[in-house]
Amino acid sequence: MNTELAGVIVTFIITVLLAIPLGRYIAKVFAGERTLTDFMNPVEKFIYRFCGIDPQKEMNWKEFLKALLTINMLWLVYAFFTLLFQDKLPLNPDGNPAQTPDLAFNTAISFLVNCDLQHYSGESGVTYLTQLFVVTFLQFVSAATGIAALVGVFNALKEKTTNNLGNFWQIFIKTITRILLPISIVIAIIFIFNGMPSSFAGKDTIVTMQGDTVGVSRGPVAGMVAIKHLGTNGGGWFGANSAHPLENPNYFTGMIELIAQTVIPIAMLFAMGLYIKRKKFAYVIFGIMTIGMLCLLVPTMVSEISGSPAISKLGVSQPTGAMEGKEVRFGPAASGYWSIITTVISTGSVNSMHDSSMPVSGLMQMLGMMINAFYGGCGVGILNYYIYIIIAVFISGLMVGRTPELMGHKVEAREVKIAALVTLLSAFLIKGGAALAAYFVAHHGDMAWAVKPSAWLNNPSYHGFSEMLYEFTSANANNGSGFEGLGDNNIFWNVSTGFVLILARFLPIIGPVAIAGLLAKKKFVPESAGTLKTDSLTFGMMTMAVILIINALSYFPALALGPIAEALRGAN
Amino acid sequence: MKKYLLTSIKLTAVLLVLLAVLYPLFLSAVGKLARGKGNGETVSINGKVVGYANIGQKFTQDKYFWSRPSAVNYDAAGSGGSNKATSNPEYLKTVQDRIDTFLVHNPEIRKEDIPAELVTASGSGLDPDLSPAGAKVQVKRIAATRHISEDKLNNLIDEQTVKPLLGVFGPAKVNVLKLNVTLDEMK
Repeated sequence: MNTELAGVIVTFIITVLLAIPLGRYIAKVFAGERTLTDFMNPVEKFIYRFCGIDPQKEMNWKEFLKALLTINMLWLVYAFFTLLFQDKLPLNPDGNPAQTPDLAFNTAISFLVNCDLQHYSGESGVTYLTQLFVVTFLQFVSAATGIAALVGVFNALKEKTTNNLGNFWQIFIKTITRILLPISIVIAIIFIFNGMPSSFAGKDTIVTMQGDTVGVSRGPVAGMVAIKHLGTNGGGWFGANSAHPLENPNYFTGMIELIAQTVIPIAMLFAMGLYIKRKKFAYVIFGIMTIGMLCLLVPTMVSEISGSPAISKLGVSQPTGAMEGKEVRFGPAASGYWSIITTVISTGSVNSMHDSSMPVSGLMQMLGMMINAFYGGCGVGILNYYIYIIIAVFISGLMVGRTPELMGHKVEAREVKIAALVTLLSAFLIKGGAALAAYFVAHHGDMAWAVKPSAWLNNPSYHGFSEMLYEFTSANANNGSGFEGLGDNNIFWNVSTGFVLILARFLPIIGPVAIAGLLAKKKFVPESAGTLKTDSLTFGMMTMAVILIINALSYFPALALGPIAEALRGAN
Repeated sequence: MKKYLLTSIKLTAVLLVLLAVLYPLFLSAVGKLARGKGNGETVSINGKVVGYANIGQKFTQDKYFWSRPSAVNYDAAGSGGSNKATSNPEYLKTVQDRIDTFLVHNPEIRKEDIPAELVTASGSGLDPDLSPAGAKVQVKRIAATRHISEDKLNNLIDEQTVKPLLGVFGPAKVNVLKLNVTLDEMK
């Protein structure tokens, strides 16, 4: 087998092998059992005392959400103003300017919601202070927010009847002190000894061997890149993200970054099985998610490794595959794998430029983000899948003519309405946004914005439409990758994607937490012969069918105008 | 609500100290122990820094191994790819021009022997590497320019080739800057 494929396969296997013990560990942490990291006890106690938190206080689903939303809104305001005045604050060795209000609005929301869509380049758009105090900080806390919301849902699923989702503050703080921070430190140290910068020295200037004078941007990169992946955030230190040789110096760091972004979403599944004592339920979900991921991965890798037909026509050879937008040290196989992992999980970091991917790959990347539940982001991936489960339970119930039940609780109109709204929201935001953008390009090309609509698109025709569709898909999925040729730093894109980001983050968190809270309050119905078994393979396939049908109905027309048309034309 | 807000403010303050101050400070201290002291590893000739080991630079002269095309002209004050789709006719013209230029400078090479990486831009615009094939296709030109035997140059490339990780994972690669530094040292 060739070494590029072997690298991809072993990366996935290592990820799953690490996710199993990590899942066990996470389940123990939230069950309050003894773990290796009990040395963090005094730190947590200090935080509780300093902040006046009683970690034992129970919260119902409304209190839980109030705490979650209050602190998130505080971070939004804080991040916005820090970015707006970053030029006047210290730690700005390269003398970078302040962000414009619309860019600061977009950036603050984007990192708050774990998306990390970036309409600036890290080398010139932020300072070391905002890289650390806004970007890195939000990368930790947004990941912890997602995980805490999920653990709240676990608590609701665990008990027969309960009002208690656990204490938000305690779950949130432990996620940072027991999971994100210790693992990030280990990963960052590996990065540092593989050539990733980690100092406060500013931009260097050198004269190259051919006598060109060029700059070299640097900074305390390693720590940010660690949490960027572990927290499924994805925002890059440098403009080129993890394609940049200082942000991803070699194949080994590439593997670590891939493993880091995949391991928590998978580990949370295993943790769920142990924590709510339904192992089979978790394994079935893991199986379905893996099959879904592979269905997107295989066509992508085949098309990247086969190379571009258009380049073949020019007569050069493509020994490893398509190379535009890719780095030699990773090659097309690992780049194709990364592009699917980063889109099914809501990371959005890139090691190759997706805008230059083959059309089939672009299609798969967008589908990954539209479905957004094959593993999915830290915590939120399973929450998205939970919505699909509610709908699958509902439809199965209709099919057999019984009131649908999930884990001993009747699923009724209110819960199904919430689930349906959350599902429809995505389709509305993605297609509404893309349609609006396309309207401006077609009819108002000369609007006096920082980038005129006529100059937005970096490629003509179907691919140009894909650039706009991808941007809203990425914003809605809280993903953050882009077809980066799009001229997106202007008021239209900053404001429109800003609103999409915030709606598509918090409603899909509020929805599942509310559903779980509502269900958990209901009377427990013991299992009988007529009960729908939600941990069976049949039900797993039912959920898969729901996922496919909803997404095919929602997105096929839009995708047909973009990557599908481009692929068909390329084949002729 | 007020109660939540007060807790939120205090918690944000303490987490900022932990995550935005202590965490990066600790890692910058660790950085001092690494090669390049956490500032990035440099390459020097006679004590003069000529580049960063991991950052590619522009090589277009016939006497050097060329690096890949770059969308940012190898100025690492920025980074990025072309973001061009291969369905874009203008982009294909650019690639055709690169092929023509390569053939003019390497008259003994046939078009089908040029690996695509030499006529396509990398993702970062700072790709430091070539595949061994991407270096070897340039050997005839350099041998003629420098009057060095092709065997010696092929050996040099083999010496400088970094094997896949543990010999089995990922592609083999050659760092163009290091290759050209040793090329200049050859007599």
